[in-house]
Amino acid sequence: MPLLEIRDLHVAFPKGKKTEVEALRGVNLTLEKGERLGVVGESGAGKSMLAFAILNLIADPGRVSQGSITFHGENLLDLSERDIRSIRGNRISMIFQDPMVTLNPVLSIGTQMIETLKAHRRISDKEARKLCIEKLREVAIPSAESRLEAYPHELSGGLRQRVVIAIALLTDPELIIADEPTTALDVTIQAEIMALILKLCREKDVALLLITHDLGVVAEVTQRLMIMYAGLCVETGQTRGIIDAPQHPYTYGLLKALPQKVGRGARLYQIPGSMPPITALPSGCAYHPRCDRATDVCRSQIPPLENGRACFHPLNVPEAT
Amino acid sequence: MHIIAFLLRRGVQAVVVMFVISLIGFSIQGNLGDPLRELVGQSVSEEERDLMRNEMGLNDPFFVQYARFLGNAIQGDLGTSYFFKRPALDVIMDKFPATFELVLGAVFIFLSLSIPAGIYCAIHRDSWLTQFIMSASIIGISVPVFLTAIGMVWLFGVELGWLPAFGRGDTVALPWGWETGLLTWDGLSHLILPSITLSSIMLPLFIRLIRAEMMEAMGTDYVRFAKAKGLSTARVRYVHAFRNTLLPVVTVGGLMIGTLIAYTILTETVFQWPGMGFLFLEAVNRVDTPLIIAYIIVVGLIFVVVNTLVDFIYTLINPMVKLPGAKG
Amino acid sequence: MISLKGFIKRFLSDPVAIGAGVVLLILVLMAVLAPFLAPQNPYDLMQLDIMNSEMPPSWKPGGDDRFLLGTDAQGRGVLSTIMYGTGISLIIGIGAVIVQGILGVTLGLIAGYRGGWVDAFLMRLADIQMSLSTLMIAIIVLAIFSATFDANTYADYAIFMLILIIGVAEWPKFARTVRSSVLGERNKEYVDAARVIGLPPRKIMWKHILPNTLTPVLVISTIQVAEAIMTEAALSFLGLGMPVDRPSLGSLIRSGFEFIFSGSWWITFYPALVLVALILALNLLGDWLRDVFNPKLRRGDD
Repeated sequence: MPLLEIRDLHVAFPKGKKTEVEALRGVNLTLEKGERLGVVGESGAGKSMLAFAILNLIADPGRVSQGSITFHGENLLDLSERDIRSIRGNRISMIFQDPMVTLNPVLSIGTQMIETLKAHRRISDKEARKLCIEKLREVAIPSAESRLEAYPHELSGGLRQRVVIAIALLTDPELIIADEPTTALDVTIQAEIMALILKLCREKDVALLLITHDLGVVAEVTQRLMIMYAGLCVETGQTRGIIDAPQHPYTYGLLKALPQKVGRGARLYQIPGSMPPITALPSGCAYHPRCDRATDVCRSQIPPLENGRACFHPLNVPEAT
Repeated sequence: MHIIAFLLRRGVQAVVVMFVISLIGFSIQGNLGDPLRELVGQSVSEEERDLMRNEMGLNDPFFVQYARFLGNAIQGDLGTSYFFKRPALDVIMDKFPATFELVLGAVFIFLSLSIPAGIYCAIHRDSWLTQFIMSASIIGISVPVFLTAIGMVWLFGVELGWLPAFGRGDTVALPWGWETGLLTWDGLSHLILPSITLSSIMLPLFIRLIRAEMMEAMGTDYVRFAKAKGLSTARVRYVHAFRNTLLPVVTVGGLMIGTLIAYTILTETVFQWPGMGFLFLEAVNRVDTPLIIAYIIVVGLIFVVVNTLVDFIYTLINPMVKLPGAKG
Repeated sequence: MISLKGFIKRFLSDPVAIGAGVVLLILVLMAVLAPFLAPQNPYDLMQLDIMNSEMPPSWKPGGDDRFLLGTDAQGRGVLSTIMYGTGISLIIGIGAVIVQGILGVTLGLIAGYRGGWVDAFLMRLADIQMSLSTLMIAIIVLAIFSATFDANTYADYAIFMLILIIGVAEWPKFARTVRSSVLGERNKEYVDAARVIGLPPRKIMWKHILPNTLTPVLVISTIQVAEAIMTEAALSFLGLGMPVDRPSLGSLIRSGFEFIFSGSWWITFYPALVLVALILALNLLGDWLRDVFNPKLRRGDD
């Protein structure tokens, strides 16, 4: 049984009084124990929505309108608020994008760590403090003891993200959802933090759902990949395989836009146009207005996800099976 | 912020405010009525008057007179009330407990209603009660405080006759000379209508403020993160979100002190509450200059002290502003 | 920003805004047309008859058809005094906001554009003045004013004093609003461009920055008129504002207050009703305008 299995997930937001628009339009995903999966797409593709849906934290007035999210064989969408709370931050924890706004500015680091432990364990203050210091050490925060009394504004962005990671690790979760964990950080620190996350996940055999817009990052960290576009998965498979031979034109475009793929002095490639907002999706394949391989069928029908890609005219199709 | 910077900033502001107020007080003293006439009447000849003027220093240069005024003021001598024939400061301080207890009652009502209502309206955005509170609050903002007062007097005092509408009722003297109305039923029942009135104008404003700040806090990433950590709803709301709404609430509260003092004058006038504001208005009608000056200076002092207190509370609840010696 | 057409469309689709607009329009027309519509001229002593004093509204026993809403203690028709009184309240409210606007916009522009110590000084001053509160400043100044001059002189100048005091005391609200939009505009390209072609700072401020800061100024003006009218009413109620023979709504309420207990409630009630309707209509319109133009501006921030 997979650790996490998402089937046909739809997330809808009301538009006007009667109608709804969908931010996720039927997403499937499986994650095995200890596996690292990257979810890649431009902003607005629905990646964060997916993360929040798993923890049942979609902000009002959005809602999961269809589908199932099973964790250890239990559908999270059926759980009571109380039961899902015992999973949030305990068996599944989350790392947010911007550490500058993730930690509460008026509460000390210690308070924000200890409350997490106390929400999930019966533990004395003294033991909780000990454990917190231990975790702060694990994420390589210098002089960990004195940091418990510190407030977020006294720490740099990189240190704050380490604190967030320490909080995510506190309860020894089975799955960590990291939503663009390095995007808001200085370029120099990004690699450090990513390496830290990778190291901890490997050591503790924690599964990782890494959400990012950066294909370069997932290539180094994840084993499998899922490319999202306008609320749908357009391509999925082994990370190496997709990067070496992308089949969906969108994935191809994303890869082509990576700086390291371009020779010195060459112009950086950009996919023409931009992703449509969920309120104004084109008919058929949502990518067709930007795609140079689009034909009439792309404009009228949504391509099904088959053989790891949702495209009528894929590239790099392997020779006959 | 460093404590010295804090004290310096507050100190400079306090000195500026008190300087302006003392200057106002002094210039009124010079221009309103003739102190000599108040003392000796009309019966004294012009030469004798000039002599007395010289003796009293009324012909001294401006700065000398001002310095003398300031020196006396610092020693607590703000002149003698023409009407009461007693030191003006004593007359004012006799009325201080009444005003203080009125404000206390108003703050109590205001705190115990605005915080729960503000939080409720932020959490249950679309409930009928929220819509009712929000519509009532815009009406509340639009009703001047003296009209609320008149309405209270008319409805509860005259028509229904449930509560006393005038005066302070029975008071008890505390050992240090403070006349309190809080220890008798009669005193407490007299306090109800005026303190509801005084709180009524701040209440809608703060319900709206707390609601807006709370809603903003509930939408922040740190609240989402707190939820993602699996904390209880109560902890997310009251520890994570509400703690952050306190800062703007305290700031705005500090800005309302002047308004609150002004409203005590209105409230006390309608309810004939024997406090400082009522006394001040009577003094204005009687052109009792020393009393007017004493009131302005006492109010200025209260203002400075309370403002400093509010700033201090602000530094206590805001970890970004830290005084050395505090924990951490 | 929003086009005029969109503006009207939004206005017509909001029943609260329409209601507030209609009430305001009626009250303003009533005040402007008072000399033509009012049954009596309350300023004309010849028309007053003490025999007519304290008559109840015309539909009550003892009422008189000439005085629809009854009469006050001096025998003036309550309806007529309200019509004239609304005018005086509106003149003071609008006049004070014009003074506030001129002072506040000028100082706000200077503070925002100059920055540095000028800005720091002006904003510090604004802080202190705001926390002293307009009403408190006005009460003290007017108390001194009324103690200094005799009643007749006071009555003659009361309207100018009120406009001036409420106007001067409230400048920080406009100044802050303008300052913050100037800070937003200052570094935009068009200002740089103007600077590069060598326009003097004064010209850049008035010709280029000011027009871009006017929307928030117009939005807060509506609420400021409501606040000024409320302040004026409070001052008049305390006997520090308009005198009884040229009454604003506040002085009408003051003069009627003592008669509530003898049962003559109408002398207080109708002016109070009009005052609340006026302030409420202005507040609702102000809130609506703010929502339309700039949802970020919020009451309570000041």
